Amino acid sequence: MDFELSEDEVALADGMRRLCAGRFPLDRIRAAEGERVVIDPSGWSELADAGVFSLRLAEDAGGLGLGTAAAAVVFEELGRALVPGPILASHLAAGLVEGAADGKVMVGAVHKPRAHGAAPVVIEHLGSLGALVVVGDDALALLDPAALDAVAVDRSLDPLTPLWRVDHLPAGDAVGGPDDAARWRRDASVLGGALLVGLAAATVDLAVAYAKERRQFGKPIGSFQAVKHLCADMLVRSEVARAAVHAAAVTIDQPDVGDALRAAAGAGLLAVEAAMANGKTCIQVHGGMGFTWEVPAHLYLMRARVLADELEGSDTLAELVAERY
Amino acid sequence: MDLRYSESEESFRSGLREWLAEVLAKLPPKPSHLDWPGRRAYDTTWQRMLFDAGYAGIDWPVEGGGRGASPVEQLIYLEELERAHAPYVGVNFVGLLHAGPTVIVEGTPEQRARFLPPILRGDEVWCQGFSEPGAGSDLASLRTRAERDGDEYVVTGQKIWTSHAEVADFCELLVRTGPEDSRHRGITWLILPMDRPGIDFRPLRTIAGSTEFGELFLDGVRVPVANRLGDENDGWRVTMTTLSFERGTAFVGEVLQSMELLRGLRAIAQSTGAWDEASVRRRVGHLGAELDALWALARRNVSQAARTGVPGIGGSVYKLALSELRQRIADLGMDLAGSAGLVFGDIPGARNGPVGNLEIVSTWVHSFSRTIAAGTSQIQRNIIAERILGLPKG
Repeated sequence: MDFELSEDEVALADGMRRLCAGRFPLDRIRAAEGERVVIDPSGWSELADAGVFSLRLAEDAGGLGLGTAAAAVVFEELGRALVPGPILASHLAAGLVEGAADGKVMVGAVHKPRAHGAAPVVIEHLGSLGALVVVGDDALALLDPAALDAVAVDRSLDPLTPLWRVDHLPAGDAVGGPDDAARWRRDASVLGGALLVGLAAATVDLAVAYAKERRQFGKPIGSFQAVKHLCADMLVRSEVARAAVHAAAVTIDQPDVGDALRAAAGAGLLAVEAAMANGKTCIQVHGGMGFTWEVPAHLYLMRARVLADELEGSDTLAELVAERY
Repeated sequence: MDLRYSESEESFRSGLREWLAEVLAKLPPKPSHLDWPGRRAYDTTWQRMLFDAGYAGIDWPVEGGGRGASPVEQLIYLEELERAHAPYVGVNFVGLLHAGPTVIVEGTPEQRARFLPPILRGDEVWCQGFSEPGAGSDLASLRTRAERDGDEYVVTGQKIWTSHAEVADFCELLVRTGPEDSRHRGITWLILPMDRPGIDFRPLRTIAGSTEFGELFLDGVRVPVANRLGDENDGWRVTMTTLSFERGTAFVGEVLQSMELLRGLRAIAQSTGAWDEASVRRRVGHLGAELDALWALARRNVSQAARTGVPGIGGSVYKLALSELRQRIADLGMDLAGSAGLVFGDIPGARNGPVGNLEIVSTWVHSFSRTIAAGTSQIQRNIIAERILGLPKG
């Protein structure tokens, strides 16, 4: 038993962190705020070349043949760097949708609406998508995004996640049954959780850096316990969620060590909470500056809210854990 | 990241599991928690059984007479003892987890030969005299005075939160030997024999109504200089070496025990119909997810300790999260108990669930000590902020 990151996993994380720092620095990502397309095809193919989408696909299918633990480590870095785009859906669609694995096609996903016509369906990144997966309770279906009667949303909560609205979502062509749908949801919890943990960890760094630098009453605000304890709680949330996400990922790879469904649901639940709470706290630690557009604190919170929507709801995840406890 | 146990780890586990199954049946009945001599006899009998089977001092190095188990084996040990409902370390806590490890590192050969074997065999019991009424979180401000008189120290002062003093043979005692304001530079570590004249102990009553610790009054108590561990005024450093023994396994049993408690509460909710309420199911699920995460964090801390040989700072994150989680699990128990929660005891005739009413109420009341003992949650947050995040001291 060794639950630290292996040398290979550390190398994977370092590699992805370097790629993000070089290709997706925050100022370049932010240049696309409010645009209909937030990541260009060359950026997407660099992610594909790094194996972001094909990482878990078997080698004979053109993938890297790595496990979910390796993917979690990579996704954490993508979350930390705030890299935009339908990363999670495209990764989960590898092997299921032609062109997803090698980055030729951007794949999005949307939950199948539960009550027909109850609420408009909101689709992320539709303008960039080559395929759209509809995730239902018992099936996965595939839609052609170009054929949808979609209206672009003027303004999205996360300026780096453009949205479209459709009133009616066609059934689409079946591409997976109940097991595929269950696996999609489970893996979305873990790898979406990894993206969220990356966001949660990034906000700790951001808040702590500001608390060290900002001075009031003649000293850094980070020397006041009221601020210190906010930062400490942020670290606790991100480290606890991180352990949960890593354990869930390893349990998917090593099924004998536990209940992967329970671990995945719990990991998603805690990761959503950590990223949301840390995003809010990060704004608070920044004071008035945290409420300005210029300071990026809000981007982490809004992205967390987007990712929370890609997972099942927190109530559903909590009930899943309770059922299997 | 690998959560599978190696062949040798699995074989350590199965050997321990077999031994536990065989030996636990032979334990005498558990004494009342008010019966201190009975508790000492019970806990030391258990310690002797561990010793005879080669499991005593699982975390002590071999040169100190311990088993020298790897951090992962220590984790397995705690896991198996918890699963088998084996007795807790009880009155042997200070000897096995504090004083013994300190004597191993800092003691002279004579001190090691005199004090270590009786701790491992369960022959001698230790208590702790660190905190004082005016020195709690700020331990370095302690004032209990020791004056040198020939080959003895004469000790006068007051200690508090001393557990097991009624039945202890020795006390690990921190005293002020330097000037009054010398703080951590003027502290000395002494081994106080509890049968010396001038020692008075007054138990404190806890909010649970029990007497688990008390106040120790020292009035001109004479302690041989030979009982000093390390140099005079070097006691702070000596104390810190104790911490170097910890391998990320502190409070590990507690997370497993909390999982069992939560499963018990879930069963109660199912039998009373509370489970039909989504809010109850979601609470159980949320608490369960947090416990699973902390069990993962415990394994991460142990893995880190196994590699580096020193305890990770992650222990503070784990301790803070677990103690606050423990209170929320206890809250769920009280909510499920309803009016029965007003009764501090079992209720005759009540349906016997896996967790009795006394356990629910007692767990709730005791849960308030978790965020205070062994470093308050506020101190833990300071440690995390200053030592992990590098925020400036206030």
